[in-house]
Amino acid sequence: MKISEKWLREWVNPTCDLQSLLNTLTMAGLEVEGISPAASRVDNVVVAEVLDVQPHPNADKLRVCQVNVGKETLQIVCGAKNVAKGVKVPAALIGAELGDGLIIKASQLRGVDSFGMLCSASELGLAETSEGLLILPADAPVGEELQDYLQLDDHIIEISLTPNRGDCLSVNGLAREVAALTKATLTPVVSNAIKPTIDAILPVKLEHPNVCPLYLGRVIKGINSVATTPLWMKEKLRRSGLRCIHPVVDVTNYVMLELGQPMHAFDLSKINNGIHVRLANSQEQLTLLDGKTVVLDDYTLVIADEQKALAIAGVMGGADSAVTESTTDIFLESAFFVPEAISGRARVYGLHTDSSHRFERGVDPELANKAIERATELLLAIVGGQAGPVIQAVEKNYLPVKMPVNLRLTKVNHLLGLDIKADWVEKNLPLLGFTLLNQKEPNSWQINIPSYRFDMTLEADLIEEVARLYGYDHVPYNMPTATLAACPKSESTISLRQIRQILAARDYSEAITYSFVDPKMQELFDPATKPYALLNPISPELSVMRTSIWQGLMTAYCQNEARQSLRVRLFESGLCFQPTEEGLTQQPMLAGLCAGPAYVEQWGIPNRLVDFFDVKKDVEALLALRHDTDPVEFVPTNIPALHPGRSAVIVVGKQPIGYIGELHPRIMAALSLRNPVYLFEFFLNHLTAAQLPQFATLSKYPSVRRDIAIVVDQSIPVDELKQTFYDVCGDLLVDWQLFDVYQGKGIADNQRSLAFGLTLQHCARTLTDIEVANCMERLVTELNGRFGAILRE
Amino acid sequence: MQQLNEITQQALASVAQATTLQQLDDLRVHYMGKKGQITEFLKSLANISPEDRPKIGQVVNQAKETIQQHIQQRLEHLKAQELATRLASETIDVTLPGRGTEQGHLHPVTRAMMRIEDYFSQLGFDIISGQEVENEYYNFDALNTPAHHPARAMHDTFYFPDGNLLRTHTSAGQIRYMEEHQPPLRMIAMGRVYRCDSDVTHTPMFHQVEGLLIDETVSFADLKGILKDFMQFFFEDELAMRFRPSYFPFTEPSAEVDVQCVMCKGKGCRICKNSGWLEVLGCGMVHPKVLNGAGVDSDRFNGFAFGMGIDRLAMLRYQINDLRLLFENDVRFLQQF
Repeated sequence: MKISEKWLREWVNPTCDLQSLLNTLTMAGLEVEGISPAASRVDNVVVAEVLDVQPHPNADKLRVCQVNVGKETLQIVCGAKNVAKGVKVPAALIGAELGDGLIIKASQLRGVDSFGMLCSASELGLAETSEGLLILPADAPVGEELQDYLQLDDHIIEISLTPNRGDCLSVNGLAREVAALTKATLTPVVSNAIKPTIDAILPVKLEHPNVCPLYLGRVIKGINSVATTPLWMKEKLRRSGLRCIHPVVDVTNYVMLELGQPMHAFDLSKINNGIHVRLANSQEQLTLLDGKTVVLDDYTLVIADEQKALAIAGVMGGADSAVTESTTDIFLESAFFVPEAISGRARVYGLHTDSSHRFERGVDPELANKAIERATELLLAIVGGQAGPVIQAVEKNYLPVKMPVNLRLTKVNHLLGLDIKADWVEKNLPLLGFTLLNQKEPNSWQINIPSYRFDMTLEADLIEEVARLYGYDHVPYNMPTATLAACPKSESTISLRQIRQILAARDYSEAITYSFVDPKMQELFDPATKPYALLNPISPELSVMRTSIWQGLMTAYCQNEARQSLRVRLFESGLCFQPTEEGLTQQPMLAGLCAGPAYVEQWGIPNRLVDFFDVKKDVEALLALRHDTDPVEFVPTNIPALHPGRSAVIVVGKQPIGYIGELHPRIMAALSLRNPVYLFEFFLNHLTAAQLPQFATLSKYPSVRRDIAIVVDQSIPVDELKQTFYDVCGDLLVDWQLFDVYQGKGIADNQRSLAFGLTLQHCARTLTDIEVANCMERLVTELNGRFGAILRE
Repeated sequence: MQQLNEITQQALASVAQATTLQQLDDLRVHYMGKKGQITEFLKSLANISPEDRPKIGQVVNQAKETIQQHIQQRLEHLKAQELATRLASETIDVTLPGRGTEQGHLHPVTRAMMRIEDYFSQLGFDIISGQEVENEYYNFDALNTPAHHPARAMHDTFYFPDGNLLRTHTSAGQIRYMEEHQPPLRMIAMGRVYRCDSDVTHTPMFHQVEGLLIDETVSFADLKGILKDFMQFFFEDELAMRFRPSYFPFTEPSAEVDVQCVMCKGKGCRICKNSGWLEVLGCGMVHPKVLNGAGVDSDRFNGFAFGMGIDRLAMLRYQINDLRLLFENDVRFLQQF
């Protein structure tokens, strides 16, 4: 909310300067978001009276004016249409500097001397656009600096109010708060009841008193349709960020800003036989003031006449019944709507208005009458006319009742960590309009809540008020005391931190991609799943929840590739969202992506592109964290995202715990990628399930190493050969390596040569040469029997 | 005798000129070997009187010793020379870059999260992450934010057609935790949260940490104390703090917390919009309705809760000037952490 400092100080004028006033507001929870001058400073611009206007000898559109600027009479050439003998206007004298840097000099306009400039509102920075000169009131003192006359040395304070403080959305409300905080005196504007001069009324029917228990109206007839809004009011509205629309509308807006009561004015001639406050009929249509036509739902409260809806209650008026330049008779509305009835209504129609903003937060029901009298007073003064009596439709039983709230001093001090005394509470809480009634229990009160505080229903609410008055800054800093208790932490669960550190040590950098992805990318990776889609995505590219982290990592890869970063190694952890028959699962996953050169370009290592086995080693490093004695299997697999001949599901026991492989060439082509991309992904819960390391006795006896090179069909997986080693050698085999894989010259097509190094050792004695030789012989025989493998010479 | 002297002088001269170990060994044999010159010289003295023998023997031995010493010295000299030559020839350019794989990097948000975790786990807070697709109950209703409450408009919520939503804050985890654990309890929930907002200072996904402590005697002063201590831990600096009254439906009293700008130390700069303060978190005493709703007796227990934006903390800590960089995953950015 924007408010002018001077307007606020009309209501309450604490002795402090602006800066400390702003600080007081902020520290009381009325956060000052910004402060700006009400106008750019204009010196040497004075109130001037046009004494004479003559046509310009050389230009049709210019006039030659004689202008009284106080000390002298100047000749000024002016092009504005509305310049006329006798009007008072601002005159910029020679040397004046206007907002846009224009400096006024003595000059000749088409051969006629001119010693200044008559100004429009926009030239003075008082309006965004304006037509013609700014006409000042007839009683404006000639010669006075405009700066002083319009009090332009004002500040616009912008306050960000929390939703609970709807009571501060007016000069009235803020002034009340400032008075309490600074102990300065509040001087409210008082307006007396206006005596009706006609007896015109309009019947008002409250069809839903539970949501609108109070509706005041008043007919004013015969207003002056050419009247204009006075400059002082225009300035206050401008400084509050509102545009001038029509004098009647301006008055209702002014009263809203001043008192906090949103009002509405209808063109009386457009209302058909009385007012009905009712719920909209389903499918009922209404064209609003902003020109938009909405189809109303039957939860929406409307102000209607006998035939049709005229306005959405508390939100916005309709275009048909709006006050226009031809309006002569009006009907003023000042009502109370229950916050819950207005809450969310505006948003349904994509609206947010000054009125709905206030009604949603709660408008003091006691304001309605004050506001209608104040508005009438201002209207009669500005547009004239004859006012009828205030029409009052009220269902008292439905008016909000403020229940008193009990407050205990012990609870105050306990919750705040303070030692406040009872008399402090008794002296300070009433400043905010609370009344305290002592209860039987000592240091405990029954507190009556003022009608404008919709946010006070519990003791805790009052404790916050005490804290605000006491000052949050005066509450001490204290470390909490609690019983020592450690959080259990299993050693057989690997922490994500360990996993991250392993990956970082292996040259993977951590990415964070959005959990919602492009449906096209999602479809590319996981065409079989219908992803969980957002109802209101921020953009079509971020509209479905990922089923795998790969989609996001691939997007990141593509962007890096576009930025010429070809060596990309990323990992990410986070939830993936899989719709299943039992409902949505939110599965923590860990994924990696690896592409480009295996090494950063360097001397001494021939470079090559990264391949499956580089990434497999990284994956094995993660698996090694688990200390699991169950073998991990890499089983060839066929999933849509990966190359069917170069991918595996990672299985422990019978449980698939992750995937690894090369990106499917189909996706590479779709994304126009140059280099192959390798991916892995783990179900994090399975990856982190570890076992405690179990010590095995170290053998004291020497080990024997035997190398064996075999030629075998290339379709035989190494895993099966390995299994044979163990089957034959049993516990003697303590380690094995594959140290060469060869295909080519000397080896038949479809065959490959594999060279293994086997380490044999007995735990309780030294192996004999014969034992070792026998073992190797049996192995060769077995390999030949199972796979047709032959020993390579 | 003169002959012996000549042999000795000759030997010493030869030794001094020897340039290889082999030459030196040859010289040793030449002079001192079984058929060496000294030996030959001794043989030539066969006719010397027995009385003179000890004296002569002594002189010969001295000569042998002298030669031997010189040979030894020369040997050491040559070995040292040889080593020096070898070392010189083996010298490498130690400024050549090291070989092998590079190091990866953790995301700055993760770094910040680890720091937060380090602080609170030291104080015995349980660390949880929670689910991200939530229902309205846990995200709003249980946090005292009924439908159409104006506070809901502060959160631009992502919804799903089935009525579920993406959690708008980690506070959603509070309720589940309270339902599953008995007080006294203390926990922090960290992770991704989502709001339908995207501009220079907002991304539709960001990170929050939520803290909760419930016990029998917990006060607003305790909340102030722990948050100040945390901020000083996190930034490793004695930063001033400012608690301002604010409003959250799920805390009462509520506060917004500013820390002294870490960039300008409160003098005013672009980052703090010349205010000297940075708004970093919201907090308050858990609302009695929230406690009761989660099955905690609000007459016996009370507690505090706080929520912080981790991304902002990370940006301030590592002087990152654009929020959007955090989620662009540009490797040139990631490699800086």
